[in-house]
Amino acid sequence: MALQSTWFFLWGLLWAVYFMTDGFDFGVGTLYPFLGKTDHEKKTMIASIGPVWDGNEVWLITAGGVTFAAFPAVYATMFSALYTPLMLILFALIIRGVSIEFRNQIESQAWKRVWDTCFFIGSSVPALLFGVAFANIFKGIPIDENGIFHGNLLTLLNPYGLLGGVEFLLLFMLHGALWLGLKTQGDLHDRAARTAEKLWPLVLVFTLVFVVASYFSTDLFVNYFAHPALFLVIIITVAAIFGIRVYLKKGAFVLAWAASSLTIVGATFFGVIGLFPTLFGSSMDAAYSLTAFNASSSPLTLKIMLGVVLVFIPLVIAYQVWAYSMFMGKITDEDLDHGEGY
Amino acid sequence: MDVVFLSRLQFAAATMFHFLFVPLTLGLSVILAIMETQYARTGDEDYLKMTRFFGKLFLINFVVGIVTGITLEFQFGTNWSRYSEYVGDVFGSLLAIEATTSFFLESTFIGIWIFGWKKLSAKAHAAVMWMVALAGSLSAIWILSANGWMQHPVGYVIRNGRAELDDFFAVIFNKFALLEMVHTLPASYIFGAFVVMGISAYHLLRKHEVELFTKAFRLSLTVGLVCSVISFITGDLHGIHVAEVQPAKLAAMESHWETQERAPILLIAIPDEENERNLFEFGRLPGLLSFLATHDFNAVVTGLKDIPKDERPPVLITAVAFKTMVGLGTFFPLITFILWVKRKKLMESPLLLKIMVYSIPLPVIAIEAGWILAEVGRQPWIVYGMMKTSDAASPIGGAQVLVTLIGFILVYGLLGAVGYFLMFKHARKGLVSA
Ligand code: HDD
Ligand code: HEM
Ligand code: HEM
Repeated sequence: MALQSTWFFLWGLLWAVYFMTDGFDFGVGTLYPFLGKTDHEKKTMIASIGPVWDGNEVWLITAGGVTFAAFPAVYATMFSALYTPLMLILFALIIRGVSIEFRNQIESQAWKRVWDTCFFIGSSVPALLFGVAFANIFKGIPIDENGIFHGNLLTLLNPYGLLGGVEFLLLFMLHGALWLGLKTQGDLHDRAARTAEKLWPLVLVFTLVFVVASYFSTDLFVNYFAHPALFLVIIITVAAIFGIRVYLKKGAFVLAWAASSLTIVGATFFGVIGLFPTLFGSSMDAAYSLTAFNASSSPLTLKIMLGVVLVFIPLVIAYQVWAYSMFMGKITDEDLDHGEGY
Repeated sequence: MDVVFLSRLQFAAATMFHFLFVPLTLGLSVILAIMETQYARTGDEDYLKMTRFFGKLFLINFVVGIVTGITLEFQFGTNWSRYSEYVGDVFGSLLAIEATTSFFLESTFIGIWIFGWKKLSAKAHAAVMWMVALAGSLSAIWILSANGWMQHPVGYVIRNGRAELDDFFAVIFNKFALLEMVHTLPASYIFGAFVVMGISAYHLLRKHEVELFTKAFRLSLTVGLVCSVISFITGDLHGIHVAEVQPAKLAAMESHWETQERAPILLIAIPDEENERNLFEFGRLPGLLSFLATHDFNAVVTGLKDIPKDERPPVLITAVAFKTMVGLGTFFPLITFILWVKRKKLMESPLLLKIMVYSIPLPVIAIEAGWILAEVGRQPWIVYGMMKTSDAASPIGGAQVLVTLIGFILVYGLLGAVGYFLMFKHARKGLVSA
């Protein structure tokens, strides 16, 4: 039981870290057509995520891999039930990755326009669809006792699912705007700061609406009422949103970005805690739900994987922090001229 | 529409496409690391220039490799959910270990490499490329241990209606997987070497930057020669192990129908699977198949007729793939050996240089052929002897798979075309602007 519960929360943590890191990449890509007025600004925006986007994306691969290793039945059911949205996300991630690399290879307006569009679609579509997918997971998915999905893409695009999509998109846009505020200077920086200020009230409102809607549309609050201390997670998350506002006013972008990271992790954990121990709930009958206890791997596999994760994830965090700190500072013209790619 | 068939097509298309790019990532990262180390050691600017020139090529290729890898990580769940549920306890952990130990390392350090030229010393920067190369090969090792387990499952028990892990060390020291590693990694390095040699030869033929491209050529020639010999030897060992644990694949590789002693190799054979015989045979070399399978000319080799019909792989594809690979596998050590003998007089052998330009795609053809042999030859099993491919697919509608299959073909087709166009353009342009 303890082993399975540990894995449940590690699973949640990996998704949270993924949204925290790749989230600002998605935000930058979504704001890209609106904030990048000149070619130079566009290059700067891409360069701001250049050294880190690929490393961020690996958190997704790891979240997927760990789901497979620790909860194979969930991996199997979740990804086959969510076949179409997941495939859309994957195609979007494909065109995002290549657009970053291909865009600056040829000096032609038409060429760049194609990849600029791909970069935008490849960033905004996953942001939205991850929100839709997770909101539906919070709500429960129509799967039967054999894990067969009874529905289609439209089933997932219900009001609560769409609300989740918009919430994710807004969170990531704000996160991206703060990242740009931290990484850029001049006009672009000012525009990013103004955009962050405009996005902030939307994020606050939608977060509160989402929490209230979750009360009516999902069973997430059962765990909270059973252990009221858990409400702290929601309080911290909302406090973090106010923290963003405070630091933004002061122009302290690093702290504002950190507060936004906390918001995203908090928002993810709001759902993860509410779900426990369900990983993939059935809206047809609770008995069909996949939980940390009925869908996990054998104790031996869980133990081995726990060892692997406890050794390697801290190591990964250490060298990723090192990489982030190496590329901290603002992007300068010199950074744009590095020759090989991205 | 048949979900199993469509999913097989989709998986085959996606992995084969991924593996057009991955071997070059693996091979070129090692060669780049050697080049950059030479620069850090000797201060010879030529090595820096070639690192940057081939480095750009590397990155275009790298990004296509990455984005096509992400889809694979999820395809086991989307398309093979019954398989994933049944074997995830063993198989899933290998994929998760690959991500935590290798992909993070590779993707983080490649970012540092691209953007770190001015932030790191020459030595540290070269070390970063070594980390990228190491991480790439490490990821190959983990994914191959996963594939090796599907080819020859070990270290598990059937419990709770699924395959559960019983002995982790048996899984990671699976002989089948180890043989795949020592065969696939050198094969990938051959590809890296051939790309560098081919592009260098192209510029040498045009007397462009002769000194620099001669250095690049010789450096990769060494890698190419050593790895060609290694992959020849490990391929032979691999064949022996296949004969032992997957007799159906061995028989199909050689269109070998009758169980017999002194089994022959046929240079050309066109199998007729319907009537269990060969329509056409040419170049019979008695005893050679027995030798290949066991290193004994007189050994008995099981023929396809003694394998139940529903456990035979498609014979023609498997056989053609094997012959293609072995043909090329014999050519590589020969040509690299000849070049090695003439390495001091490269400019006097334009014919050899020309051959090398046209040989650029040959290693990847051999690699794809090898994988077709390995995977098609494993059919009808998804996990050899344990689970049939037909029982493995997800319970989803065929239409969805058809749509994404078409999507894959279109998107990958375009990506591949653009990626190759950019690499081609860069390779031809040479160092004029650098
Ligand atoms: C440059 C590429 C290359 C070259 C020159 C060779 N191979 Fe190979 N071969 C591969 C690339 C490859 C591969 C793509 O990497 C495979 C697919 C699976 C694997 O482990 O390696 C493979 C598989 C493979 C298998 C099947 C293993 C299985 O079923 O999993 C056999 C029996 C051989 N090889 C044998 C040979 C022999 C006897 C060669 C000598 C001439 C040879 N290969 C050269
Ligand atoms: C990168 C090199 C690889 C190539 C080119 C390749 C190629 C193929 C091909 C051609 C098929 C279709 C066979 C058929 O259905 O007749 C296939 C199937 C499959 N391969 Fe691979 N493969 C590769 C590596 C792997 C690895 C590393 C794994 C596992 C870790 C794997 C897992 C599978 C699975 C699950 C199927 C689908 C089921 C089946 O048809 O057996 N493949 N692959
Ligand atoms: C069929 C099973 C396979 C899966 C699930 C898979 C998965 C992946 C994923 C998710 C990535 C992206 C990593 C990143 O973002 O940096 C990737 C890239 C890579 N894969 Fe695969 N892969 C498969 C087959 C193979 C095989 C057979 C090999 C090696 C022999 C291999 C070696 C690599 C390498 C070296 C990379 C690094 C990036 C690049 O390709 O340029 N993969 N793979």
